[in-house]
Amino acid sequence: MKNVKVYGPGCQKCHLTEERVRKVVKEGSLDANVEKVSDFAEMAAAGVLSTPAVSVDGVVKMAGRVPTEDEIRAWLG
Amino acid sequence: MDGPLALPVLPPAPPGAEGQPAATPNTAAPRRARLIASGLVLLALWYGAYRGIAPLADFLTYRFLPLTRESHLAAAVAFFLYEVPKVLLLLVLVVFGVGVVRSFFTPERTRRILAGKRESLGNLLASLLGVVTPFCSCSAVPMFIGFVTAGVPLGVTFSFLVSAPMVNEVALALLFGLFGWKVAALYAGTGLLVAFASGWVIGRLKLEKWVEPWVYAIPAAEGDGSADRLSWDDRIDAGTGAVREIVGKVWPYVMAGIAVGAGIHGWVPTNFMAGVMGKQAWWSVPLAVLIGIPMYSNAAGIIPIVQALLGKGAALGTVLAFMMSVIGLSLPEMVILRKVLKPALLVTFASIVGLGILVVGYLFNLVL
Repeated sequence: MKNVKVYGPGCQKCHLTEERVRKVVKEGSLDANVEKVSDFAEMAAAGVLSTPAVSVDGVVKMAGRVPTEDEIRAWLG
Repeated sequence: MDGPLALPVLPPAPPGAEGQPAATPNTAAPRRARLIASGLVLLALWYGAYRGIAPLADFLTYRFLPLTRESHLAAAVAFFLYEVPKVLLLLVLVVFGVGVVRSFFTPERTRRILAGKRESLGNLLASLLGVVTPFCSCSAVPMFIGFVTAGVPLGVTFSFLVSAPMVNEVALALLFGLFGWKVAALYAGTGLLVAFASGWVIGRLKLEKWVEPWVYAIPAAEGDGSADRLSWDDRIDAGTGAVREIVGKVWPYVMAGIAVGAGIHGWVPTNFMAGVMGKQAWWSVPLAVLIGIPMYSNAAGIIPIVQALLGKGAALGTVLAFMMSVIGLSLPEMVILRKVLKPALLVTFASIVGLGILVVGYLFNLVL
């Protein structure tokens, strides 16, 4: 079970990122738990400087842009 | 994606797109040569298109639509048909170039550079890095926290927060296209100066007490460096991605702004603005700043309008001040920053930056 976090205060790109991650998880029936984090303190503690950002099991995979579905699949595969 | 068209001209490469050393002798060499070749072809196409705009706009206005020269409508239509493609082409080139440059400057890297720097040097570096570090106002808070907790001094952080939105590629491309390189350089230079000075002043005032206390309670996290290893392919992808995202978002504003500008250009009499935004009206600079600060528009919408006003007798200093306050300070960003800054610091921040912009406005009205 992978733990995926999508960091973002609520801008358009952050919503898009969350949607995309959830879509990939659903379509591949992946064993992952997706959580949206909009708390700034938690973001900072995770070392996230720019949003949207995605972490998998505590490791920040990407920050500052919307990931492609292929990228997400690669992180979760 | 080489275009099917024949090359119109071989240009003396305009600024931007690429700048790589000669190919190194390894397996990547043919790939790299191909990359450079297709870059040159695209650049040539770009240049040909750029040169073709003026005759095309002329043809469309006076031949295709048989409008009489010197009529208001013809002036407006010709202006619109010339400026829209010109500005969009410039925007594509500049945004692509900046997108590639920015792939070298991640926020994490900028933070590493700034952490623990002395104040004056730090303010200078932060203002400069603000131009090339990817930034969007929705990231302002995480970046603020990340910088401050990593030991970047408060004033240095503010220099970054002022310069990042104010001196941006969209503003520079539009200024270059509509006003020429001198005004673009003037804007960039004074924008950096305002960012440097206001950050330095905030640092001197020792306002750490006005940062929400929970910010300093967060343990500093080491940024993840995974994004640092990029190939040239990745960087070019970053450039085209930036074009898709930024130009894709901004083009309606460019069209709308230039349409309004074209209307002003065609119908508003010359010197109409002289009384309101001219040099004689001393109150016009502070008024422009006061109106500009809460206003929220991106550079793409505001600069074409401002350019048209300039043609109608508005003074350059007043216009620059208005632009800076609209682009550099905005209400939505203030609302976001309220999460980490106490109101007193927000007000101080806006006042100091506003004051800096005011000085710039008066200075240019005085000198030019």
